[in-house]
Amino acid sequence: MSDSVDLDDGSELLDQQLTSDRMVVTSQWSLIWYKFRRHKLAMIGLTVTLLIYLIAATAGFLSPSVPSKFQPKFTYAPPQTIHFFKQNEMGESEYFPHVLGYKTTVNPESFKRSYVIDETQVVPIGMFVKGEKYNFLGMFASETHLFGPIDKKHPFYLIGADRLGRDLLTRTLYGARVSMSIGLVGVALSLVIGVILGGVSGFYGGIMDRVIQRVIEFIRSIPTIPLWLGLATAMPQDWPAIWVYFFILIILSLIGWTEIARVVRGRFLSLRTEDFVMAARLDGVSEMRIILRHMMPSLFSHIIAAVTLAIPNMILAESALSFLGLGLQPPIVSWGVLLQDTQNLRAITQAPWLFVPGICVVVAVLALNFLGDGLRDAADPYS
Amino acid sequence: MNNRKKPILQVKNLSVDFPIHKQTIKAVQDVSFDLYAGETLCVVGESGSGKSVTARAILQLIVNPGKIMQGELLFESLEGAVDIAQLDKKGKQIRKIRGNEIAMIFQEPMTSLSPVHTIGHQLVEAILLHNDISKAEAKSQAAELLRRVKIPNPEQALNSYSFEFSGGMRQRAMIAMALSCKPKVLIADEPTTALDVTTQAEILDLIAELQKDEEMAVLFITHDMGVVAQIADRVMVMYRGQKIEDGLVQQVLEQPKEAYTKALLNSVLKLETPPMHAKPDAKPKTIIDVKDLKLQFSSGGGLFKKPTLVVKAIDGVNLTINEGERLGIVGESGSGKTTLGRSLLGIYPPNEGVINYTRKTGEIIQIEKANKATLKSIYGEMRMIFQDPHSSLNPRMTIFETIAEPLRANTDMSMAQMRDRVQFLLEKVGMPSEVANRYPHAFSGGQRQRICIARAIALNPRVIIADEPTSALDVSLRHQVLDLMLNLQKEFGIAYIFISHDISVVRYFCDRVAVMEKGKIVEIGDVAQICDAPQHPYTQKLISSVPRPDLKYRKKPLLQTTMAYGDV
Repeated sequence: MSDSVDLDDGSELLDQQLTSDRMVVTSQWSLIWYKFRRHKLAMIGLTVTLLIYLIAATAGFLSPSVPSKFQPKFTYAPPQTIHFFKQNEMGESEYFPHVLGYKTTVNPESFKRSYVIDETQVVPIGMFVKGEKYNFLGMFASETHLFGPIDKKHPFYLIGADRLGRDLLTRTLYGARVSMSIGLVGVALSLVIGVILGGVSGFYGGIMDRVIQRVIEFIRSIPTIPLWLGLATAMPQDWPAIWVYFFILIILSLIGWTEIARVVRGRFLSLRTEDFVMAARLDGVSEMRIILRHMMPSLFSHIIAAVTLAIPNMILAESALSFLGLGLQPPIVSWGVLLQDTQNLRAITQAPWLFVPGICVVVAVLALNFLGDGLRDAADPYS
Repeated sequence: MNNRKKPILQVKNLSVDFPIHKQTIKAVQDVSFDLYAGETLCVVGESGSGKSVTARAILQLIVNPGKIMQGELLFESLEGAVDIAQLDKKGKQIRKIRGNEIAMIFQEPMTSLSPVHTIGHQLVEAILLHNDISKAEAKSQAAELLRRVKIPNPEQALNSYSFEFSGGMRQRAMIAMALSCKPKVLIADEPTTALDVTTQAEILDLIAELQKDEEMAVLFITHDMGVVAQIADRVMVMYRGQKIEDGLVQQVLEQPKEAYTKALLNSVLKLETPPMHAKPDAKPKTIIDVKDLKLQFSSGGGLFKKPTLVVKAIDGVNLTINEGERLGIVGESGSGKTTLGRSLLGIYPPNEGVINYTRKTGEIIQIEKANKATLKSIYGEMRMIFQDPHSSLNPRMTIFETIAEPLRANTDMSMAQMRDRVQFLLEKVGMPSEVANRYPHAFSGGQRQRICIARAIALNPRVIIADEPTSALDVSLRHQVLDLMLNLQKEFGIAYIFISHDISVVRYFCDRVAVMEKGKIVEIGDVAQICDAPQHPYTQKLISSVPRPDLKYRKKPLLQTTMAYGDV
């Protein structure tokens, strides 16, 4: 007990407790981190989430093409496999990364295209190749892609192509930008509404609390999809894509805040009766300062956890809206927009790889949920 | 005296470890003791001394991640001697012993009974688990048990739920359940700590009586030296996981051998010898004058519903508090003493009555009618100390921030001035000023309460309302905190309203005492008069129920020698 303090009358001996020194000196945040690290699934969630956001940020560089580049010749072209070695004339294998091109036949009756891998067409590929122009991190223009065909006119579809012969891999990577950011920005907006209304509800209680809680129950009882549909139809058709993006954000936040408000209210309710809040009141501290200085620090970690759990809901909602064609519209690329293609039964029998953006949604939502669960468990290190 | 030589339970070199955060807390280290049939062994110690862990180890009930590291727990079971330490935690054998041969009762009777089953259902289940009899027989046995623990109308009580019972009744039901299989050993882990003194006295009597009938060995864990003096045959003192001393109760209490035991006893006995009480001034100046105060709590109301249930928390109280005086308010839980203290601060608005507060300037303010700004200005003069020093300090604020908060809100001191003032206050409460930048969780309960006192005196108050400031502390710390408050009074002339259920603390600290029962003050007067010659029957009952740490007041006969047990 190196931390014990000598007391005046020498009965220090009696005033010691079995506290471990380590617990005494560590700060709140390192305790949270300590507890979080032991949650294996949450650590995986954190890693995957960070990876997805990193991919979203550098999508232009990582993807071999740009999302708008189309080649009608390669409608629904199947995925290609990367070959690393090629047999030269001498019959020896040499290192030569490449993919094989397609031989296309069109059925004269059904006009259905069928692709056969053409062993003779060799498309050489490489790292840091010059390709289509894009903006790196939205700051400077670049032509360099991490990997791609040496000649940008050659077909290169690692996970296949869509209806217009666009590279699905590129589009999925770009889609992460909108889908993942709509979660973040949307939650930021719901956070503001949620913390204010939840805080008022929990701190003042009484009539205010009852009214706000009934409003939340009302909002949550409205079937979400018809509500979105209604709100989305209110959006003028000729709005530019960026306006649509923000309009969708607002729609999602109008429902998303309820969950955060409930968490905040619950914490406020339990904190309000704590003795230290009463003590602050008797110190003559103003209400604003009680909320911000005395209560907020204890709420912070809980709010972070609630926010992390709210992001996946936003992502799912965006996907659902866009899938129905009422959310974001092409040319904006999001996972939900990409999934619109899977509405066509014939398209998916012919090109099942169109589901790849759906898998991305599942992975992202699971990762964020695991992360949020871990944060929630770790949020109160003193419990 | 009985002449059984063989102990029913022998604990040999017991050690229990709790591995936490890569390091190990040795909760119990190398503890050995014997327990004989028919005797009461009291285990005393402060919080964290390992007394509860020892008791739980005997039944293999240690919570994770605790583990018995070494030692033997030799128990004379019906089927011969067994070493409980070797048994599987969830095995058949230990389950047979638990409840059947060794029973345990816990501190909190609310949480140890299921709220969704009737008392009868739980009792019958316990009886059927260990006996091969029909349900009807079990039911009549259950009723008989409730009669034995003196629950009125046992047949009716069988159909009641635990929440319909008071704390004392619940503890009785728990005891009935523990006794349902005629155990040879009863382990009681602070069974009366959560109860009022009058109830505590009844429960202690009950346990003693049942013990006599059944020749049961009782291992009684407590921190209350008064209880020890009243019921123990032998005492074992524990400190930081180790056994410090054991022996017959008269040996340990009257001729303690170890320094720790002496220190512990001194801190208890100090409360028995009151300090100088101030002689009342001929013309005391009144600070607070309460007239006909009535306050009701109502519940059950909703958005469209009128409140239905009404509780009269304060029912016509008249009270005056004079300058520089120490007024005690005693009463059992639910008597309205805390509510009274809080309504003086305007926290709960009263339904009727007047609370007049006389300011330093002579101006009289009616607290029940005061607006927020007036109340705020009074809060500098009237301060409060809370019961639980763990919840009354904000865990996310440093000690400096906490103590400076009233200064920040009520004065326009600069940062440097506040630093000086906080340093001064910390010195006044006996804390080194370096602690100002630490967070509360770095301090023990007693140190935290000192910090709370520093916060209370930050604005030079005239009155401090102290709501059970010592009841969450270990006995050894109580008189330290009380002495600190007394010293501060001498220096700053503060008046205290001291709310407590603990008569010994009130006797030590207060000049004048008001006894509350069911929202009314039944008796008020000088501390000596109330404690030594109480007039009202309720006060008499209250005073006589307090177990005193003095063998003079003991009713139970003392064992004269341990030789009857053989060695020791």
